Amino acid sequence: MGANGKLKIGMYWASSCGGCDISLLEIGPRLLDLIAIADVVFWPCAADFKYKDVAAYPDGYIDACFYNGGVRNSEQEEVARLLRRKSKTLIGYGACAVDGGIPALANLKTVEDIYDAAYHHNPSIDNPNGVEPQPTYASEYGELEIPRFYRSVLSLKDVIEVDYQIPGCPPQADRVWEAIQAVAGGGVPPRNTAVKVGCTDKTVCDECPREKKLVKIKQFRRPQEVRPEPGWCVLEQGIMCMGPATRSGCGALCLKADMRCEGCYGPPANVEDQGVSMIGALGTLLDATTEERARELVDQIVDPVGTFYRFSLSSSMLKARK
Amino acid sequence: MTQVGTQTQQPGPGRTTWEPRIIGFLCYWCSYTGADSAGTARMQYPPNVDIIKVMCSGRIDPELITTAFANGADGVMVLGCHIGDCHYISGNHKTMVRMPLMRRLLAELGLEPERFRHEWVSAAEGEKFSKLVGEMTEQVRALGPLNWPRLLHERGVGHGMDLKAWGE
Repeated sequence: MGANGKLKIGMYWASSCGGCDISLLEIGPRLLDLIAIADVVFWPCAADFKYKDVAAYPDGYIDACFYNGGVRNSEQEEVARLLRRKSKTLIGYGACAVDGGIPALANLKTVEDIYDAAYHHNPSIDNPNGVEPQPTYASEYGELEIPRFYRSVLSLKDVIEVDYQIPGCPPQADRVWEAIQAVAGGGVPPRNTAVKVGCTDKTVCDECPREKKLVKIKQFRRPQEVRPEPGWCVLEQGIMCMGPATRSGCGALCLKADMRCEGCYGPPANVEDQGVSMIGALGTLLDATTEERARELVDQIVDPVGTFYRFSLSSSMLKARK
Repeated sequence: MTQVGTQTQQPGPGRTTWEPRIIGFLCYWCSYTGADSAGTARMQYPPNVDIIKVMCSGRIDPELITTAFANGADGVMVLGCHIGDCHYISGNHKTMVRMPLMRRLLAELGLEPERFRHEWVSAAEGEKFSKLVGEMTEQVRALGPLNWPRLLHERGVGHGMDLKAWGE
């Protein structure tokens, strides 16, 4: 805490879309309450802070630092280590920092595949000389360096020790506000590596207002193919809802808007692997009494890895494609 | 959790060559008894399957399968009662849905289909059991070691791994 009695907070944007930075603004008028109790000492997205400013802070200077995004390159790793040193409390913020998020689906491809799609074989690319970014470049002003691209997308806890994690894509504003209040009031849970806050230990189904009719799934349909009947469990209607294998905390926002759960809060408590946990749940939900029928239904599921691990490949058991 | 993969990385004590390490989840009522009857009848089959007895194939959480691969198993086998024979009436109906889906998921993650096998083996099918073990061992041997921990290490993914940059 500073001489003015205010908390010092920071936020950093790593391998993520930027939605997490925006989601902090989603707390709305409460932002004024936040500014009343806290000074922002590092938030590159919102104001002009340099890494050297942070490096000049004494260790443990930042009271609470929110790090959103996973780690894909050497810059993100370096800043993660720097912020760990400069922060009393480091919070992994959002699905990418917690479980790898959408960018972690790149672990299904090799770096060679990614470079090929980004710089060579893509209809929108014009690169006749086959130029690729190089980590170092000797210019007339001296040697220039860009961050090195890692072979995989990692969650923040794979790289450094994390005190707390707030899951979600993005974390829901009310939960974020609760977490901020807890930090401000010293009411945080005992500091532990990567304990999850801003969520509950149950699943999205637990918060979902839709009713189960206890009928089995007769046909899988993609969200764009059918308008779900209001008030009825969308999974029972054959739309692949990740609710049974997803941690709650969001208040089942998507389901209240007639959209399936995509699983952004990651695996529930005591589950390590969200994708196969969903496969476990589906075991009891299909209308199949013969093997042929079971296979027929299972074959209707499109893109199992992309659906079941949409936000959590980095924290799953297998983590990457062979 | 203990690493089951040590023998897949290096030949174990007294071994000069790599041997496939396969984890077999067998239901207590049918498949385990089937394996038992293969033993009682003194049928010969390779010793490469480490059998884990579970009360019902419907109890095999798919997470157990990914855990086995993530810890270094070269193959996983799931054996249960035939449909209609389940001691718990419909336990294996869950298996019948989960395993084809697991097969698709593992294929998308780049595992060769021969490394994962799901079959029904009744208490009387000792011969089928020994044949399955023999087949699978040979198929996995032909594919070579899987060694998922080394794969993750090469990609620098997972807690405590050395981060690896492209081109290094």
